[in-house]
Amino acid sequence: MMPNSRSTDSRPDPRRPEFSIAHLRHVPRRFYRRWAAAGLILAVFGFVAHAFATGQIEWDVVAKFFTATAIMEGLVNTVIMTVLAMILGIFLGVVFAIMFMSPNPVLKTVACFYIWFFRGTPLLLQLLLWFNLALVFPMIGIPGLFEYRTVAVITPFMATLLGLGINQGAYTAEVVRSGILSVDIGQTEAAKAIGMTRLTTLRRIVLPQAMRVIIPPVGNEVISMVKLTSMASVIQYAEILRNAQSIYYANARVIELLIVAALWYLIVVTALSVGQYFLEKHFAKGVGGARNRPRPVERSL
Amino acid sequence: MNTPPMVVAVNVHKYFGSLCALKDISIDVAKGEVLCVIGPSGSGKSTFLRCINQLEKTDRGAIWIDGELAGFRRVGDALYELNDKEIARQRISIGMVFQRFNLFGHMTALENITEGPVTAQKRPRAEAVEEALALLNRVGLSAKRDAYPAQLSGGQQQRVAIARALAMRPKLMLFDEPTSALDPELVGEVLAAMRDLARSGMTMIVVTHELGFAREVASRVVFMDEGAVVESGSPREILVRPQHPRTRDFIAAVLK
Ligand SMILES: Nc1ncnc2c1ncn2[C@@H]1O[C@H](COP(=O)(O)OP(=O)(O)OP(=O)(O)O)[C@@H](O)[C@H]1O
Ligand SMILES: [Mg+2]
Repeated sequence: MMPNSRSTDSRPDPRRPEFSIAHLRHVPRRFYRRWAAAGLILAVFGFVAHAFATGQIEWDVVAKFFTATAIMEGLVNTVIMTVLAMILGIFLGVVFAIMFMSPNPVLKTVACFYIWFFRGTPLLLQLLLWFNLALVFPMIGIPGLFEYRTVAVITPFMATLLGLGINQGAYTAEVVRSGILSVDIGQTEAAKAIGMTRLTTLRRIVLPQAMRVIIPPVGNEVISMVKLTSMASVIQYAEILRNAQSIYYANARVIELLIVAALWYLIVVTALSVGQYFLEKHFAKGVGGARNRPRPVERSL
Repeated sequence: MNTPPMVVAVNVHKYFGSLCALKDISIDVAKGEVLCVIGPSGSGKSTFLRCINQLEKTDRGAIWIDGELAGFRRVGDALYELNDKEIARQRISIGMVFQRFNLFGHMTALENITEGPVTAQKRPRAEAVEEALALLNRVGLSAKRDAYPAQLSGGQQQRVAIARALAMRPKLMLFDEPTSALDPELVGEVLAAMRDLARSGMTMIVVTHELGFAREVASRVVFMDEGAVVESGSPREILVRPQHPRTRDFIAAVLK
């Protein structure tokens, strides 16, 4: 029951016994269920670890092939393809996002079509299309000026780069567009008011502030790109998974080589997550600090 | 008269869909004049300012800034709409200060001020920085040159915004309710900066609810309602002895 204070100020009277608290003891909350959950998870984890340790996996084979030449070459190809395809994807994403938001209806329609087509068809299919472009156009170039045989130009590398980069661009365009929309319209008006053209405003004022919104999802997409490069194994691009496969076709150590590839993917993805943390920190300039930024470790989970 | 007025608006109309936001506005602003625009919310004050620096396109009528037709080029009897670049060039000579400051969030106070001169006017950076520091000093914020907008109070942000507009060396300054997003104790510092500017001879159009400021600084006051100019005259005529009942009601409501 609430004590009924009659004094003119409404503070409780400290002399009354129910308000004397000096002798009371604080007992922190006990998280019994957390402990129980942790125990259970440890048990499951131990079981799985034991199963792998004693299962049909030759760990010394994993160790032996971990730095094999073919695996290293595959790793380099995977990383190169990730970087190039993302650069192409971000470039196309920014260009098409700007086109999409342009007052010019022609540009807008083109951007719309691009996003619709490349988001609407499977990536694997697009890769196969690029790879087989020679079936449609035996020669490419400008007739009379220069012409090349398509099979010579569209190598597995080119087909993969075009397939991954152009597909990525369609997704990145949407990310960039939402980033641009997140910047207050007042910023654009202030920029116009000091005599900036539309494109200068985008470049100097809007895009730098949109970056804060754009980077987390793009970071996410870089990470999924690392893994998407593995699809290029179907069109003979020598990335890490394909090279792991060619090794196990020869020695039949399927699981061991898949584990090697998996470990390398994890290493690359973790390294990228750390990079993303610092990039986000850079673009958070002028907006109150680290509040909503996950630390690198959380990020890679 | 040998010097043309700074602003001449003739029969300006603006529609948003079927809503007529500006109805046949005709106003002259002489060089060095401070015109205060007052009126109830939604009366078209902001729209009028935005038409002057072409953040909105006028649907009918025309505006001349210092003798130059805004937004169009006249060839014979035809008016050709200007392109993005030409409009940007026209805006360089018009400074605008917004109700919500709109400082560039990713730039420091100093960078906000030098951005226009360096990027839009292509002036050398060293010169722009020197001038920006002088402007920061003029609005009393030398100590805040490296602060980001989020680290400044509303009044400080608005003073930086004034400095940013002045850095373009404008011949006309537009203020859209520059103090109405501010806490009452911060209003004074911004009005002081504006008073200072008016004294230096700048041509200004100020939309404001600060009738005290209008009375003291304005050379002329315009009362707008429902997209039209109801009456205009000296501060005394409009603020002390308004003729029109709508003006009277509005002033009574603001003073209450
Ligand atoms: N972009 C827009 N689209 C549609 N209607 C608009 C737009 N901008 C303004 N309006 C309308 O035009 C009218 C005039 O608006 P304006 O902002 O000029 O009023 P104001 O006098 O500045 O009011 P306040 O004192 O509230 O700022 C209002 O009815 C408003 O709703
Ligand atoms: Mg307004």
